[in-house]
Amino acid sequence: MEATRTPIAEGLFTRADGEARLIASRRLSDGSVSFPAVPEGDHVETILLSSIGTLFTWTTQQFPPPSPPYAGVVDKASFEPYAVGYVEFPEGVLVEGRLTVRDPEQLLIGQEMTVVIVPFTIAGESPHEVETFAFAPAGTRGEVEANAAEAGAR
Amino acid sequence: MKNVSIIGVGLHPFGRFGDKQALEMGRDAINLALADAGVSWDQVQRGFAGSHEVSNPDAIVGKMGLTGIPFFGVFNGCATGNTSLTMAANAIENGEADIAIAVGFDKHPRGAFGGDPSVLGLPAWYGETGLFLTTHFFGMKINRYMNQYGITQRTLARVAAKNFGNGARNEKAWRRTAMDEDAILDAPYLNYPLTQYMYCAPNEGAAAVVLCRRDQASKYTDRAVHLLASELRTRRFGAFEMQSPSLPANGVPSPTVDASRAAFAVAGVGPEDVHVAQLQDTDAGSEIIHLAENGFCADGDQEKLIAEGWTNIDGGLPVNTDGGLMANGEPIGASGLRQVHEIVVQLRGEAGERQIAGPHQVGYTHLYGSPGTGAVAIMSR
Repeated sequence: MEATRTPIAEGLFTRADGEARLIASRRLSDGSVSFPAVPEGDHVETILLSSIGTLFTWTTQQFPPPSPPYAGVVDKASFEPYAVGYVEFPEGVLVEGRLTVRDPEQLLIGQEMTVVIVPFTIAGESPHEVETFAFAPAGTRGEVEANAAEAGAR
Repeated sequence: MKNVSIIGVGLHPFGRFGDKQALEMGRDAINLALADAGVSWDQVQRGFAGSHEVSNPDAIVGKMGLTGIPFFGVFNGCATGNTSLTMAANAIENGEADIAIAVGFDKHPRGAFGGDPSVLGLPAWYGETGLFLTTHFFGMKINRYMNQYGITQRTLARVAAKNFGNGARNEKAWRRTAMDEDAILDAPYLNYPLTQYMYCAPNEGAAAVVLCRRDQASKYTDRAVHLLASELRTRRFGAFEMQSPSLPANGVPSPTVDASRAAFAVAGVGPEDVHVAQLQDTDAGSEIIHLAENGFCADGDQEKLIAEGWTNIDGGLPVNTDGGLMANGEPIGASGLRQVHEIVVQLRGEAGERQIAGPHQVGYTHLYGSPGTGAVAIMSR
């Protein structure tokens, strides 16, 4: 079912041994890591970030963002507020992404977060789902992926 | 900075003004500043104009009189007002002009700033998935700061209530209704932990500052305010800054810290010498963080200091006495010069209902702008 959705962009994430992993770059001169990856070369290698990091900080988006550039659903009746945050990975980098939950009770700075791949609805004349990466509180990945599979099966 | 004085300031109110053009507001602000300085447009030898919406802000000469002087358009995001001030001051310091003007004007559409991520070198998916919003940065920075330093949501509300209260005493402010802390706290979130009444909003307005050689200022005014320093810094690698798909862990301080230290060093004064300050309050959290980043208190001390009223008009360090961005809104090109206007008025002792009570010799302005720029000016009587 998941094969029916294409990634929102190439080269952002992959699945390795059943786990979602972000694709990043490490600069050889000083070891600094950045996301998304830049083209590999003499000075840069491509790495996969760990599947788990810690929540550095987060906030919510309670109103529909300006569209464009936002490609999701923006009509007030069906807009779903969402949370975004930075997750700190052991590779020494903070990555910004959407979070799978937005309840302050479920989002404690410092808690473990897992990389997941989730469906994202592109609105417009022919609405369709693509997939993007997100961060889920650790321990909820199975739940998130089951929901994603269900969404894909619809 | 040894030889630069501010001899006139002018402010077109900030708000919404129907069909009135940004350039017309700029003209009005310049005319107010010239009248305040006691000089005519013909005496102005060089100018710098900042605007986000007006692509050729130097077109302001068409509203003022075509005297042929060098006039430059400048832009550094929300720090633009400092850029026009610095460049006008440097023109005087470097002997290029005896009298120079800095002006800013804008007329923004309603709502949050949108835009095209590619203009900032960001990938399309970053905007498409809803990550390209400057307001996320403010929510995320203060959320972590509160977690690290024990700042409560009540303190956010106190800052907002203070700024709206100050705006109520300012006849040129946009939001002139005081609000109580509970109403601010209970309002819907825009970006957790910031509610609807904890943010400034883009709007319209203009401000202008006339600068002059310090050794000639007394020819025009006996109320000159001297510009001791005006410094802008961009972010260093590792600073926690907006619209960054990733950032290095183990960050470095914000460009505000660098600009502030540089300005204090040039001015030869320290945070303890400042009597009144304008700190970029894009949101209530920003004002709290900027108190520490500009050296006015230690991280975390804001919780107690703000509860005690330290930043109120009658407190130890009055901050945003005209209501700041929260009560005035933010026409980007003009916002930093509005700050200078307020400091000049306070140092002269002419702020009326909102005049600070204690000594008013040294004033401070601070701007923070996308994509990671801090700018500080220090003035004295």
